[in-house]
Amino acid sequence: MRNSIEFIRNGQVVRIDDVDPTDTLLDYLRLKDGSCGTKEGCGEGDCGACTVVLGSHDGKKINYRPINSCITLLGMIDGQELVTVDDLSIAENALHPVQAAMVDNHGSQCGFCTPGFVMSLFALYHGDGKPSRQMVLDQIAGNLCRCTGYRPIVDAGLEACSGQANDQFTAQMSDKNTLLSGLSAEDLLIGNEGRFFAAPRSLNALAKLYTEHPDATLVAGATDVGLWITKKLADLPKIIHLGQVAELNNITENNQVITIGAGVSYDDAANILSSIDPDITEVMRRIGSTQVRASATIGGNVANGSPIGDMPPMLIALGASLTLQKGDDSRILALEDFFISYGKQDRQQGEFLKDITIPRLRDNEHFRSYKITKRFDQDITSTLGAFLISVDRGIISGVRIAYGGMAEIPKRANSAEKLLIGVALDDIYAIDVAIKSLENDFSPLTDMRASDHYRMTVAQNLLRKALIEIANPATATRIINNRGQDHVA
Amino acid sequence: MSHRRNVETEPPTLNSTASVGKSITHDSAEQHVKGSALYIDDIREPAGTLHVAPIYSDATSGRITAVNLDAVKAAKGVIAVLSANDIPGTNDCSAAMGDDPILADDVIQFHGQVVFAVVAETRNQARKAAKLAIIEVAETAAILTARQGHDKEQNILPPYQFKRGNADKSIKAAKHTHLENFTIGGQEHFYLEGQISMAVPKDDDEMLVYVSSQHPSEIQHNVAHMLGLPNAAVTCECRRMGGAFGGKETQSAQWACLAALAAHVTGHPAKMRLDRDDDMMLTGKRHDFECNYQAGFDDLGVLSAVEMTFLSRCGFSCDLSLGVNDRTMFHSDNSYYYDAVTINSHRIKTNTVSNTAFRGFGGPQGMLFAEHMMSSIAAKLKIDPLDIRKANLYRDGHETTPYGMKIEDNIIADVIEELEESSEYRIRRNEIEQFNGKNPYLKKGIALTPVKFGISFTLKHLNQAGALVHVYGDGSVQINHGGTEMGQGLNTKVAQIVADEFGISLDMVKITATTTDKVPNASPTAASAGTDLNGKAAQNAVITIKERLIKLAMQLYQVTENEVAFKDSNVHAASHILSFADLAKQAILERVSLSSTGFYATPKITWDRNTTSGRPFLYFAYGAACAEVTIDTLTGEMKVDRVDILQDVGTSLNPAIDIGQIEGGFVQGMGWLTTEELVYDDKGRLTTHAPSTYKIPTAFDVPEDFRVNLRASEGNKEDTIHKSKAVGEPPIMLANSVFCAIFDAIASLNRDKIPHLNAPATPEEILRAAGEMKS
Repeated sequence: MRNSIEFIRNGQVVRIDDVDPTDTLLDYLRLKDGSCGTKEGCGEGDCGACTVVLGSHDGKKINYRPINSCITLLGMIDGQELVTVDDLSIAENALHPVQAAMVDNHGSQCGFCTPGFVMSLFALYHGDGKPSRQMVLDQIAGNLCRCTGYRPIVDAGLEACSGQANDQFTAQMSDKNTLLSGLSAEDLLIGNEGRFFAAPRSLNALAKLYTEHPDATLVAGATDVGLWITKKLADLPKIIHLGQVAELNNITENNQVITIGAGVSYDDAANILSSIDPDITEVMRRIGSTQVRASATIGGNVANGSPIGDMPPMLIALGASLTLQKGDDSRILALEDFFISYGKQDRQQGEFLKDITIPRLRDNEHFRSYKITKRFDQDITSTLGAFLISVDRGIISGVRIAYGGMAEIPKRANSAEKLLIGVALDDIYAIDVAIKSLENDFSPLTDMRASDHYRMTVAQNLLRKALIEIANPATATRIINNRGQDHVA
Repeated sequence: MSHRRNVETEPPTLNSTASVGKSITHDSAEQHVKGSALYIDDIREPAGTLHVAPIYSDATSGRITAVNLDAVKAAKGVIAVLSANDIPGTNDCSAAMGDDPILADDVIQFHGQVVFAVVAETRNQARKAAKLAIIEVAETAAILTARQGHDKEQNILPPYQFKRGNADKSIKAAKHTHLENFTIGGQEHFYLEGQISMAVPKDDDEMLVYVSSQHPSEIQHNVAHMLGLPNAAVTCECRRMGGAFGGKETQSAQWACLAALAAHVTGHPAKMRLDRDDDMMLTGKRHDFECNYQAGFDDLGVLSAVEMTFLSRCGFSCDLSLGVNDRTMFHSDNSYYYDAVTINSHRIKTNTVSNTAFRGFGGPQGMLFAEHMMSSIAAKLKIDPLDIRKANLYRDGHETTPYGMKIEDNIIADVIEELEESSEYRIRRNEIEQFNGKNPYLKKGIALTPVKFGISFTLKHLNQAGALVHVYGDGSVQINHGGTEMGQGLNTKVAQIVADEFGISLDMVKITATTTDKVPNASPTAASAGTDLNGKAAQNAVITIKERLIKLAMQLYQVTENEVAFKDSNVHAASHILSFADLAKQAILERVSLSSTGFYATPKITWDRNTTSGRPFLYFAYGAACAEVTIDTLTGEMKVDRVDILQDVGTSLNPAIDIGQIEGGFVQGMGWLTTEELVYDDKGRLTTHAPSTYKIPTAFDVPEDFRVNLRASEGNKEDTIHKSKAVGEPPIMLANSVFCAIFDAIASLNRDKIPHLNAPATPEEILRAAGEMKS
């Protein structure tokens, strides 16, 4: 068992054994290391001023991902390369190409958000070739700027990231790969029995540790738990990080189903889930931000039981199931049965989520999902509707409808589903009756995101929209992203 | 398609060092991108620095009945808990009115009012300890909205009125009338750097306060009054802010005072940095309004009379509400002539945080009213809204505003014509009608709206500025002025002005932190006037030094005044050429002072609030924007498809910086009118107190097709610095075009109805307004 974390920074291995479970990466940088280039804007992962980049080797090259350091726990960077804005221009004090483009395009005004943008663009610079404008927008969706109106930053991103990456990080890639490969693969536990940060490397080690400490907090991406620490000021004495458990990071698939380990990030799951339907791609594009999706996991989105998580309603509509494990035992559960009531899930003490299995669409199945928010990007859903509708010769033969934000848990629309079975797609009266019946299925709340009335109206209109789209694919119904096609207008 | 900005409109340069008119990058741009620009939280803390966190109760209004701080005091790391009793001087941090307690004593007036401050060894210790306080309050009924307060006649300041003619009578006589009541939301500043101050005790009771503030002079005075010290014993310094937008004009004072109080009580340096959620709950915002109006007009939509009443939620104290609401009135005409007009303004006292300055300073609310009215008249008469707007513009014979100032520099009709042409408004109007005819669920709208914004502080004495310029023996120049840098590029522009005046290159000019011990009694950096005021003051300081140097050169080289010229970093004295540095060296040898202050007071300002007469503004800045949007009538979602902007900045000092202000201001205004919604619960507690719930625009919200141009100009008609015009605030109001385009899209749903749309036009509000068009 290892009792210090190891990571790479500026070409050197850094070892720290003084790690409290609740230490954040940002506090380490600013308060302990004196690296003050990285800023705190909000302390909750919503503004991106604290963005730093983590590098991990994927066999051939180092994969750079931006993350929010304010809600990333220090222990979580174990085994990776850390790059901050302070590390970009050390050589001869010259500007990195991304920094130079930001200067040339007048991309900074007050400058406080700038280090975060630089780091998000730095990760894009090391991405897979020339990005489209939309890719730049997605890359910086988690970076808020209040001064510039973003146009010069987008231009800087397009300009700097248009060619092959060629900087000191590419030059030193093989050395760094060697360094990364040389880091310890031992299970990590810093602290003592009563207070620790642990990162087991195998499912067995996790199962054992969690059985011994069922009161520990399981942390995957910390994009939720991080806020318990920074905002609720909670003390979490025992933290078990899931990110290094090899088996939880598996993705397997066959013709019928896809199985995703509970530790797989949104980023890593995006491609395969997109192969089910382009609406999943679009909802996932808008979940959190690039920083959040690099850390957060589908498993976490399910396991924390939030009524406004975006994946559960989509996965429920698709008919997904879970594998839960406790010690050596495991069981399989339909996802919709996992959610019992607000804050309560069907998960026993010491039991953890192992993986999620999602069926692929059959030929006669149509899937639609819509995420409704005040702001398109990086906003928490007021209402999300997910619809799996089977159609045979113009007649609805199967329906699974699930909504987020409409009840205390992600929930199916039982009355509407029943009323739609056997209905012709052009039977507007029968469809109206089914839409109306959503009022029997749900009594949504009013909060700062939306009123109960709006939620209900939109939920009804989303069902209408899904049926219109399936019946009349040529009708323009979307102002952004027409199922992966170009703008309809 | 990404439209690169029109930054080529630079004047031919007279000499190689000239920088005025060039798109010079921000003076801190390299430091920004490297992360090496120091904000207050980045300054190395002196050893023993303590940290301060606020303690507030969960109540909205009432009297404090019991307090238990035992757990706070016992918490790890806690050094002291500050209360009102610890304040040796005056317990007030207001700008003038004396009604902003630093620490509440006895009475709670809004949710989030700070009662105690805990001082601990680390910031996290202070924050954790603050949660342990028990404050019991006998709660009284709270007044939360402007409407509630108005019904109970709760005025924080007396109502104020502009009146010309008999609007009531004229409306009755008009062929058409429209009566409307709508609401305008507030806005959180969301500067990326939250409120922060660090106070360092100095020799002989002196206090040095680093503060992120637009008004260090006022902070200096606040801290001095609080500590019972003369102003001269306190120094406030601000190198830069990580954004401000009006939110650091008065709202930085409380945290600076608490840091200074902690430093005073403990003898240690003390820092106070608000957590983002606290920052959003505890500091003031843009005023939200209820607006009631009626208008009388003819068949062509030409107004004969307008009567309006603004109810504004000011919060628990006066703060800057007088000036803010006055400016709403000054801009309720926008660019339009109202013949008979009555403008009523009520400044309502509520049990909410005291609302404050925010870019535009009340002007945006007044102007949104005007545009709302134009859109409504157009819908009523079924005439293109642009034609209604054009028919009502200030024009020959109709040039006097409701407050009696005659407009002398009116160019708005030309600005609109040019934009109408370049944006292809009429062609797109046709295309949009076709689109709307074909599409049952998606609807498009377009609007072209003008902006006329008055430049000068309406509080006359603020229209002054000071600067301090030093020339050193190596020819390098240090400048300091009373303005503060919040990202707007003020320091860059002032450096350009100084460099050009001395005829030296920009790299010889060093900008330094704003500090009250170099330039005293400075006005806030606000009202878009930073460059107008400080640029002139700095220029005046340079002119004083140059006069001395010219005299010296005349003596040294036996030339006349006209034969001395400063250019190319050299000084030309007839045929003699020496470097600027050499002349500076010579000046030291000849005992000629190379340091000077400079001063500037804006001319022509004669506004007298008591008699409602005189001239409040030196000039107006003009602009116009054309926005096209698409709305989804099933969900209320909206996307801005294209925006064209034409802004008059006079002769631009720095086109890139001016474009940056325009684009950034526009997007900020767009946020105010679309996604940025402040929601309070039924107890008056703000529920949107973090970026997770309060949504400012992201990059995706900015239209890809975004065409921003500076209007070709012969320069400001008034004698401003290099004939430039202010650009900080006017662009906010260009975003009215987005609101009116949404209105236009909704109007297309039913031509027999007038949309009723409130701001912000969130998806929920759009769906509601669209739903009303059906029946």
